Amino acid sequence: MNLKFAALVAAAMATALPAMAQDLHFPSLSYRTGAFAAGGIPFADGYADYLTLLQERDGGIGGVPIRQSECETAYNTEKGVECYESIKNDNPLIIQPLSTGITYQLIPKVTADGIPLHTMGYGRTSAKNGTVFANVFNYPANYWDGASIAVNYLLSQNDNDIKGKKITLLYHNSAYGKEPIRTLETLATKHGFELTLLPVDSPGQEQKSQWLQIRREKPDAVLFWGWGVMNQVAVQEAVNVRFPMENFIGVWWSGSENDVLPAGDGANGYKSLAMHGTGMDYPVYADLKKYVHDAGKSAGAGDQVGSVLYSRGMYAAFLAAEAAKKAQELAGIGAITPAQMRDGMEALVITEETMAAAGLPNFGFPFSVTCANHGGEGYGLVQQWDASAKKWNLITDWIQSDQEVINALVEEDSAAFAAENNIEKRCN
Amino acid sequence: MSDTFFYAAEVMLNGLMAGVMYSLVALGFVLIFKASGIFNYAQGVLALFAALTLVGLQEGQVPFSHVINAVFGTNLHHFGWTLPSVVAIALTALVMVGMAIVIERYVLKHLVNQEPIILFMATIGLAYFLEGLGDVMWGSDIKKLDVGLPQGISETIETVTYNLFGYGFFIDKLDIVAALVATALVITLTLFSQYTKYGRALRAVADDHQAALSVGISLRFIWVLVWSIAGFVALVAGIMWGSKSGVQFSLSLIALKALPVLMLGGFTSIPGAIVGGLIIGMGEKLFEFAIGPMIGGATENWFAYVLALIFLVFRPQGLFGEKIIERV
Repeated sequence: MNLKFAALVAAAMATALPAMAQDLHFPSLSYRTGAFAAGGIPFADGYADYLTLLQERDGGIGGVPIRQSECETAYNTEKGVECYESIKNDNPLIIQPLSTGITYQLIPKVTADGIPLHTMGYGRTSAKNGTVFANVFNYPANYWDGASIAVNYLLSQNDNDIKGKKITLLYHNSAYGKEPIRTLETLATKHGFELTLLPVDSPGQEQKSQWLQIRREKPDAVLFWGWGVMNQVAVQEAVNVRFPMENFIGVWWSGSENDVLPAGDGANGYKSLAMHGTGMDYPVYADLKKYVHDAGKSAGAGDQVGSVLYSRGMYAAFLAAEAAKKAQELAGIGAITPAQMRDGMEALVITEETMAAAGLPNFGFPFSVTCANHGGEGYGLVQQWDASAKKWNLITDWIQSDQEVINALVEEDSAAFAAENNIEKRCN
Repeated sequence: MSDTFFYAAEVMLNGLMAGVMYSLVALGFVLIFKASGIFNYAQGVLALFAALTLVGLQEGQVPFSHVINAVFGTNLHHFGWTLPSVVAIALTALVMVGMAIVIERYVLKHLVNQEPIILFMATIGLAYFLEGLGDVMWGSDIKKLDVGLPQGISETIETVTYNLFGYGFFIDKLDIVAALVATALVITLTLFSQYTKYGRALRAVADDHQAALSVGISLRFIWVLVWSIAGFVALVAGIMWGSKSGVQFSLSLIALKALPVLMLGGFTSIPGAIVGGLIIGMGEKLFEFAIGPMIGGATENWFAYVLALIFLVFRPQGLFGEKIIERV
């Protein structure tokens, strides 16, 4: 009896262990349903299609097949945590929740479980400090970089002098929307501009009060931290009150086609930040067409290809795949574990050559991740909407955030987090 | 008078206009509650579904195209034609009538004489079902809704008020249209309710189901009728809100703006939905203007409920609700 039981256990282990170790599991915590689906779908499609391309064209990464799984969060924090709990024992190499709310809940969990969390351009900004947040990465840029890039852009438009200018932050009244406030307050002191804060309650379908105030106070610029329906309503209200669209600048989460198309021609000239290129002018799309879309292996309906958020999903998958390659190189094995993936992410170097080799030349700004810096160097672009051509045009070169200000804030916030949670700093 | 005074007046006017938009959603709740005692949780989703169907029909979108393409390997998306707005609205209204028939036949008919909480829970299920159906039928992308309604600042009002007061008021043309449509809806519904045979039947059912049945009124027909009207009201609300933000799944959340209106105006009064909407709209905007900046802003969502609760303390049935008298 005992022998039979031992044989059964051995057989189970023999079948289970290789299954865990012989593929690279990339889960996707997506939201294809609910109020925020319009933003979640293109990101999830881009993420999945790029990984499918690697699987179909290259047979995976480093010869090890890729396994994808998707869990629906509906942009709901509780569901996001449930998704994480359901996959955490299935060797997930990287978690990308696409939600700041979910990110905040997962930070202690991934740290305890040894699974890397990548929050590209969102999440907890001070997680840039790798000496405190060992398992959390937010390269290539974060919210505070975004706020500073927007201010630097305004400086460049005003002969480096915005003293006395009135700048309004219109923001989603949530953890996400509140992230840039501290940075902007510091930058307001540094550059002497007058900052007004205008919160909008979620979901943001009604913003009349805020736009009446903007109409009355006539700020020189409105910076905008919105998501979901708040974006479309804000752009429409800006059109309604005839606010000059060239002075209305959204963060990268308020700069997709979804946000401007409903307002029609009125949205012409609206600007947003960007952390990567967009559009179809990249060689990777030829391979995507051949191996994924034409082969009937697209994650979605194929109608989002080339859009801003599809490009962002693809960029997230590209960075994850490159980190996996680096992890394989460091570990000397193909079938890496989440802990080895984390090491790969911490040693990630993205150069122009890396991007060009992946069919994404000049897609993002080259950066390196180190033990202490999990967030990159904070470069971004400004793009502007052309309503007649229905496309975004990049109107600046790469702009770096004010690293002096950002790094000091990151250090301060992460030190407080470390003290609260008794975290001993690493990277000595 | 000071600039601040005129700004406050502008905020108040815009609050009243916003209130009309809330009332359009609240009306659908009132109609169904009045006729059947059901709090229809799915009313917001009905507005979403109606707006999705309207845009889909208008743009000649193939319904269920994603499913068809996935199953048959086709690449269908559009029929290749577009419909005039009036035709698309009429067809959508027919779809909403069809939906009322289906809801009555497959949901409500089986729940006659059940507790109100059971019916309420059925409408929760209905809301999730319709949201999923809308997604599968028409997709989740944000759609631009253009039925020819004007939008943006009314330059006439701005010029006239500037000439009169030296302060140009902002009023959105879409809000003016919404106010006119809401007025027309209330007059039509009131006339229908008071002066037509079916309207009287509807009121009879609302007063007492069993007594209405005993005099030969078909409860099933009345339910189809009232859900059809509520579907039409949802279509109107969907058009107005969809014109503001594009048609997208967050439209279903407009129901949240209607709840305080219902609490304040009463669940059974059509004029109550309008007056409640006006009070909530004006109250929340003025509070945000006067007190909001002192406490960090973004007060509108919660203040609407606080205002409704304050009214409930003094009038539990709402301003226009029927007083509940229980004789022992």
